[in-house]
Amino acid sequence: MSSVAFVIIAVLTLSAALAAATLQKLMHAALSFAVMFVGISAFFFLFGAEFVGLVQIFVYIGAVAVLIVFTILLTRYDVGKVRGFSWGGVVVAIAVFGGLVWAISKTKLVSVAPSQVEPLTVQRIGELLMTNYVWPLQCVGVLLTAALIGALILVMEEKS
Amino acid sequence: MPTLSILLVVSAALFCIGLLAALSRRHAIFILIGIEMMLAAANLNFIAFWRFAPQPAQPTGVMVAIFAIAIAAAEAAVGLAMVIAVYRHFRTTNVDQLDQLKG
Repeated sequence: MSSVAFVIIAVLTLSAALAAATLQKLMHAALSFAVMFVGISAFFFLFGAEFVGLVQIFVYIGAVAVLIVFTILLTRYDVGKVRGFSWGGVVVAIAVFGGLVWAISKTKLVSVAPSQVEPLTVQRIGELLMTNYVWPLQCVGVLLTAALIGALILVMEEKS
Repeated sequence: MPTLSILLVVSAALFCIGLLAALSRRHAIFILIGIEMMLAAANLNFIAFWRFAPQPAQPTGVMVAIFAIAIAAAEAAVGLAMVIAVYRHFRTTNVDQLDQLKG
């Protein structure tokens, strides 16, 4: 785990996140959002959680970013008209950040250096999903089905 | 070599940028983007704590991150569907103008 890669990825992720949060044009913000998720996936690869990184790329860049772009195109009428920005949110965010950094600096961590971790194979994840985590897996399946059916019903044409 | 504290600070910064987007933007899609950012920051924390845990560690952090990604995908689908439904009804996505309970 090299420091240079860490710094590069951290700068990329945070600047893309800041761009996604502050850019006025929705489409640019959506693209910055996708770049931010590339950065987060790079973090996961750096930490040895390759499977989660891949899932993150598939789900967020493949599905969620495309969904967001579709929604922007479907609600195009008032793109550029909604320009409000409240500075109260900035104050709250900075205050929360200060509080979190204070709490992190006060906490005594169990270990600060990354320990030698044995690689987590996809086979192991699959075995765990089918044994220890089988009930959460089923619940997530039901939840995804319900959520997608609900989304379809929400966007169906209103009969009037 | 990054330490756990630096990683937690990066994750906190990402969370606060998401909070900023969710609180100060008036466009509904931006609020959803902010919420997704906060979820991603939480995932980053799970993976970091798994990676920095004393070994041998159970891969609980990885499993929680996988489930969190699934839940976030469901949330994004329903949230964007709601944005489209609200836009069809009120012809706006500005959350300040959506102040009626009765359509």
